[in-house]
Amino acid sequence: MEASIALGGNPNSGKTTLFNELTGARQHVGNYPGVTVEKKEGTCIVSGYRMRITDLPGTYSLTAYSMEEVVARDFLVSETPDLTINIVDASNLERNLYLTIQLLELGVPVCIALNMMDLAKNRGLEISAEKLSELMGVPVVPIIARTGQGKDELIRSAAAAAAEKKKNPPLLISYGQDIDSAMFEMEEEIRRYNFLTDIYPARWVALKYMEKDEQILGKGRSRNQEISGKLEQIVEKVSRHLQRVSDIWPEAVIADYRYGYIRSVLRQGVLKENHDKNRMYLSDNIDRVLTNRFAGPLIMFLILLGLYQFIFTYSETPVGWLESFFGWLNSRVSESLPEGHLKSLIVSGIIDGAGGVLSFVPLIMFMFLGISLLEDSGYLARVAYMLDRVFRVFGLHGSSVMAFIVSGGIAGGCAVPGVMAARTLKSPREQLATLLTAPFMNCGAKMPVFALLIAAFFPNHQGMLMFLLTLISWGGALLVAKLLRMTVIRGESSPFVMELPPYRFPTFKGLAIHTWERTWQYIKKAGTVILAVSVILWAMMTFPGLPDSETAQFHRQRSALLSSVSADIAREAETAGEDSEISEAAQVLKNRLNVIEAEQAEAGLRYSAAGRLGTALERISWLAGFDWRTNIALVGGFAAKEVVVSTLGTAYSLGNVDPEASGSLGEMLVKAPGWSSLTALSLIIFTIFYAPCFVTVVCIAREAGSWKWGAFSMIFNTLLAFTLAVLVFRIGSLIL
Amino acid sequence: MRYMQDNQEGMITAVKAAGEPGRRIRDMGLVPGTEIKVQGRAPLYDPVALRVRGFILTLRNKEADYIEVEVK
Repeated sequence: MEASIALGGNPNSGKTTLFNELTGARQHVGNYPGVTVEKKEGTCIVSGYRMRITDLPGTYSLTAYSMEEVVARDFLVSETPDLTINIVDASNLERNLYLTIQLLELGVPVCIALNMMDLAKNRGLEISAEKLSELMGVPVVPIIARTGQGKDELIRSAAAAAAEKKKNPPLLISYGQDIDSAMFEMEEEIRRYNFLTDIYPARWVALKYMEKDEQILGKGRSRNQEISGKLEQIVEKVSRHLQRVSDIWPEAVIADYRYGYIRSVLRQGVLKENHDKNRMYLSDNIDRVLTNRFAGPLIMFLILLGLYQFIFTYSETPVGWLESFFGWLNSRVSESLPEGHLKSLIVSGIIDGAGGVLSFVPLIMFMFLGISLLEDSGYLARVAYMLDRVFRVFGLHGSSVMAFIVSGGIAGGCAVPGVMAARTLKSPREQLATLLTAPFMNCGAKMPVFALLIAAFFPNHQGMLMFLLTLISWGGALLVAKLLRMTVIRGESSPFVMELPPYRFPTFKGLAIHTWERTWQYIKKAGTVILAVSVILWAMMTFPGLPDSETAQFHRQRSALLSSVSADIAREAETAGEDSEISEAAQVLKNRLNVIEAEQAEAGLRYSAAGRLGTALERISWLAGFDWRTNIALVGGFAAKEVVVSTLGTAYSLGNVDPEASGSLGEMLVKAPGWSSLTALSLIIFTIFYAPCFVTVVCIAREAGSWKWGAFSMIFNTLLAFTLAVLVFRIGSLIL
Repeated sequence: MRYMQDNQEGMITAVKAAGEPGRRIRDMGLVPGTEIKVQGRAPLYDPVALRVRGFILTLRNKEADYIEVEVK
């Protein structure tokens, strides 16, 4: 026997906890078709009975205003699960039952899981599950999801109810005389023409027309324009009447009556309140301090700083392990493979590419752990609450702050986990604006670039400049967010009606599952695309190789040099290891050989596709003071920003430059023709704002649900960065 | 509602909002006849935190403007 079961309920009602409790690790995370709403499925096997459980997105209602609600509703209607377990927070019964009523109106078979019975009891609420079950006509099982209490009972009830496959008749409640009679008229029309009745119950269609539900109206119009028009006319009539008589919309009346119905159910012996409803609970007292006008922001700053420290300090060690593992792998492979393109592909393309992706993994894991901690404890909602006023000015949302900070709002973060942190935003326009601007923050990979240029060109103002760059990136991000919200992502800000859930201790199981599933998603998705792109970038910087004549030229130079010294010294220089002691003559020879090799690498890079691109771009990039070498470095920076430093090294014939120790490159740049402090400044500005690295682009596309936005961030950011760099360079040239 | 003081209590008399804001407000249980109490305000005086039916709800002043309250 197998049954399909949907799990629905309000956000913060313990739905995820129950889902984890029921399915354990047997979960599968994906997306609902066509949207970015997460779809979690799991199985629960009890005495040979298999239940396939789908976790519906947490919603307060079943209207069509948010993506989550549409998804939940469509799933219930089109997949017709055998049973919907509706988890209800017993300590907050009245509002939670609002969703239950709507499930019953839709006529889906429901079993109520009455959660947080312990909390309700503590709050002096006495709830009779039997009475509720009797009045609502559905099974009701009291549970405590956190401890698993009542779980077995719930599974038994659910299995029994699902096996029955009873079709509940849709719940009939009165919405007042005016609406009732109009609904009656509409229902007759709908039945007569079987209008949409193949999908929805007739009364429900009438109800949704009455509520002016966009999705159902759209479906109705495309099904039959005429009948739809007729129904809309009836609604229009009653709507005008209600407006005139009591200045109120039908949908408001319907909501009133639903709450009225709930209240009457609760009054019939379901709920007894023996408490002062305004009593201050622990959670409220914590809020007195944590959202205090003065202490609140200060504590928030400390907590966010602490989180940031936690993410980046504790992930450093495992990131280091991974990096050294890939370094080791790299050298092993280098040793065992013969020189040539295959080796270069495997070492520079695949291992460096995959290593680049995988070394982010501990960082992502810690980030999600930290954010889950803040989210599950209820603090994140407070952060949004306190900061909303500031971020709203720029068309963002209080919750945007997480994404900005993790991306490098405090210099040294990373945009990849930052972009993923924007998931906590529930309003689509604000989320998109956050996704697109968070990469402007100064992530850890941009730091080596800044460090190089600032140390070389502004050695006396290092600290000040770094701070200034942080301000520039924040200012830029917020202003661009405002610009985007006024142009491409125009639209009213979503209403900020948000629950501040009581503070709770997160459960270890919840944190672990949450963290792991997101990390795994990153590895899976990012791994494939990123590997492909890094191979492409490698190919661009390798092919076409230098023509034979030029390779021969370098070869001749090398032989000439070798034959000019005695055979002993030549042998000594060639066989010497990195750190071994050699004679002075051999050292001189070795250095000169290295120079030739580096020159060959420079020539090779210039000759490659990337080099040609860089040279071609010189025609525009001179406006910002960039030559072909800088251009290639910036193209390389698309792989990862710190690559800018190492590519500049190759382009300036320095051989391999370690991004962490780029002193000699700095000296070189100061002396190089065409470089001035202004060029450096222009390059810094460009680096802050130009296309995010492709790992970030992949994540943006994923989170925004479309490659269009990934492409947008690459093109728009680059154009913006270039404009700013040109402005800096040109205006600077005029002044200096 | 915008003009209510901290810790002031009252009862909602009307919610004058159509469309999305109206629905979001009603979905959260803010309908006429509901008793509310202003729990506090964010450091910049907006959004406002309300105690409704035993839980805490926040909304911006813009949304609060739709809600008419009879102050106790």
